[in-house]
Amino acid sequence: MIEVGDRTKESFQRLAAAELPGLYSLARRLVRDGAEDLVQEALLRAYRSFGTLKEDPAAGRWLKRILVNVFRDELRRRARSVEEVPVEQVEDFSLYRTLVEQDPLPYSDTLHHDFLRAFAREDVREVLMRLPEIYRAPLVLRYMDGFATKEIARMLDAPLGTILARLHRGRQRFERELWTYAQETGLLLKGAMG
Amino acid sequence: MSETMQCSEAVRQLWDYLDHAVSPEDHEKVEQHLSFCRRCCGELEFAKEIRGFLASKEAEEIPPNVKARLQRFAADL
Repeated sequence: MIEVGDRTKESFQRLAAAELPGLYSLARRLVRDGAEDLVQEALLRAYRSFGTLKEDPAAGRWLKRILVNVFRDELRRRARSVEEVPVEQVEDFSLYRTLVEQDPLPYSDTLHHDFLRAFAREDVREVLMRLPEIYRAPLVLRYMDGFATKEIARMLDAPLGTILARLHRGRQRFERELWTYAQETGLLLKGAMG
Repeated sequence: MSETMQCSEAVRQLWDYLDHAVSPEDHEKVEQHLSFCRRCCGELEFAKEIRGFLASKEAEEIPPNVKARLQRFAADL
């Protein structure tokens, strides 16, 4: 945590310098390209409203919320519509069951654990990028950055029920894509050989 | 006595169950189902592992040139 102190330009620069790694990392999880632009726009907006920041300990979260707002506005601007699938129409997919049935690591005593271990950070990012943004963002914010569901709904300006449905759909898609990606890239073979 | 939950429904609710985002009635039904269904207990453990797996993916390093550009940007505001 960084002491922001008075709301001067210098204190903003100190805050920005301390929080850049976290901001950039979040941006890279949200967008395939343009993470740097996203951070830049977030810094610009944050600087303009720096005076409204009330508590120093919350400064990092405050910056991340602004970044998510920028991301949300960018999505709206592009107005790319992704057809949302109602939860009840989501085709059930169980990665747990698929692994048991397909047994891709026959020599493993801890199949499910070893399957996940084969994924490096870049592999996980690639899998996330395969998900439509409306499903990816709640998943990243909830399970990688630890935001509460209600806060995600506020940041993305969507009803809580919509976010819960997108999380459900996103988890299903994420599990399916883990499996598809592993098959397409031969990830498990590489792991077995490495 | 509450209605018994099927495996497909229990699996569908596992992440919400872990998130404490199911109704008290459904929470009880999931627990009841888990008390006798070994496969769904496996699904539950794996759901926990995937959540831990996502949370453990460490933050990406910011490339030094990107960091320098962004710091300059903040300085020029």
